Amino acid sequence: MSNPTDRSASQTPAAQAPAGQTTRRITVTVNDTTANHDIAVRQSLSDFIREDLGLTGTHLGCEHGVCGACTILLDGQAVRSCLMLAVHADETTITTIEGLAEPDGTLHPIQQAFHESHGFQCAFCAPGFVMTTMALLNSNPNPTKEQIREELSGNLCRCTGYHTILKGVETAVQLYGSGRRDASETTDTNRQDGGTANA
Amino acid sequence: MANSVTQRAGHAENLANKPGGRDQAAKICKGLGVKNPPFAYHRPETLDEALLLLAQIGEEAKIMSGGQSLLPVMAIRLGQPENIIDISQIRGLDSIETESDIVMFGALVTHSQAEASPVTRDSVPLLHKAMPYIGHRAIRNRGTLCGSLAHADPAAELPAVALALDAELIAASTDGARFIAAEDFFSGFLSTTLQQNELLVGVRFHQAPAGMLTSVQELSRRHGDFALVGLTCVLQLSSDGLVDSAALSFFGVASTPSRATQAEQSLVGSRPTTELFEEIANMVSNELDPPSDTHASANYRKHAAGVLTKRALADCMSQTGVLT
Repeated sequence: MSNPTDRSASQTPAAQAPAGQTTRRITVTVNDTTANHDIAVRQSLSDFIREDLGLTGTHLGCEHGVCGACTILLDGQAVRSCLMLAVHADETTITTIEGLAEPDGTLHPIQQAFHESHGFQCAFCAPGFVMTTMALLNSNPNPTKEQIREELSGNLCRCTGYHTILKGVETAVQLYGSGRRDASETTDTNRQDGGTANA
Repeated sequence: MANSVTQRAGHAENLANKPGGRDQAAKICKGLGVKNPPFAYHRPETLDEALLLLAQIGEEAKIMSGGQSLLPVMAIRLGQPENIIDISQIRGLDSIETESDIVMFGALVTHSQAEASPVTRDSVPLLHKAMPYIGHRAIRNRGTLCGSLAHADPAAELPAVALALDAELIAASTDGARFIAAEDFFSGFLSTTLQQNELLVGVRFHQAPAGMLTSVQELSRRHGDFALVGLTCVLQLSSDGLVDSAALSFFGVASTPSRATQAEQSLVGSRPTTELFEEIANMVSNELDPPSDTHASANYRKHAAGVLTKRALADCMSQTGVLT
């Protein structure tokens, strides 16, 4: 440090520390709806999504970044909503699990694939897994089995239903590339997949 | 300063403890966001503004960018900072810059950004190799290199990488900027030599010279967990095939990242053979003095450090194809 004294003498910083904010207004787009919200700065993004927006599909397991249940997409990237403050989401675009299915209830291909592969057991972890899969397939539509395991390694399933979840992702890889298919078609294909997945 | 959020939370807690008070308490808590302890929030838009704030608030301020280390600490009440200075919106701190043989990562460069950058892969390969070990994708999307370094978790990968590569950390304050060598930066468990008024604005590495051999080895309970023992290793061979320089930088074995200097000195000038690596591994096990905790005993960590050393050295040599 070359010359630390000359400027500090003239500033007397401690006397005028600003108070900071305890609430703040944010603008955020969630599942295609943009709105302003007044929030407490200490509120986590996950609590904001669940309590202020009423989108309780984003689940809270550990609330300190270990379990992955609260994973959402923030500007297209997977993030843990419990490890963000709601203020961090100011001027961002968020997709939660509620933003995937069509308004008429038609499942998103990833949801459909998990459904077909029995990837949901108690399904508490499912929103996190589905959103993580979404981020993965958006950046890499054709992941290898190794890559799928690596990318999903941050999500915990306490039912330990990992095999069917991984199968769900593999099915999603096929569905995602080829677009949506109707139920009868997917069921037929699923039987074939089910027989060969572990071969 | 009266903190209305604190007061509301306190009021709600009192109500909740009274018979029939729970519903009323819930109403008060609605939208309060009670997960994190209360704090005053500052979001400067320029570095100068941030540095002035830091100078004014001093020790009661914590810097936050991605929050991937600080928010868990707050969530489990290990830390309750009175003020948070959110630097995430400051422009000009999010770039990876190359100048002559130096690569500089700004304070807001995320792990994902560094991981995806060809500059990291080509010029700082050890850092590139360490990236997949850091948490998980969703963590790396938010967490920053400088945040991890300033947090200084002794079981984290990046402090050991910085130590192995003799990185320099750039600390700024209203008084100016200074460079801190990695070996002078980590001063204890979650502690650094950053002063209260200083902000870590970047970290810089020398570009890897041609032929630099690197390896990252880590032992953890589950993938993505903090390491029980980990090692970042750098070897440089001379033209006659002897070890020219070596760095064995460990994490998870002490209150700071630490280099096995005796073992390093024994490597230098020697011919790299499996026999030598066996000896070096034993030296490492004897040299390190790791703690025992619920996750692993000191003896286990010493043993594992030796095993990882052998693996790291073999991995380095496999990059030359000449292990004898």
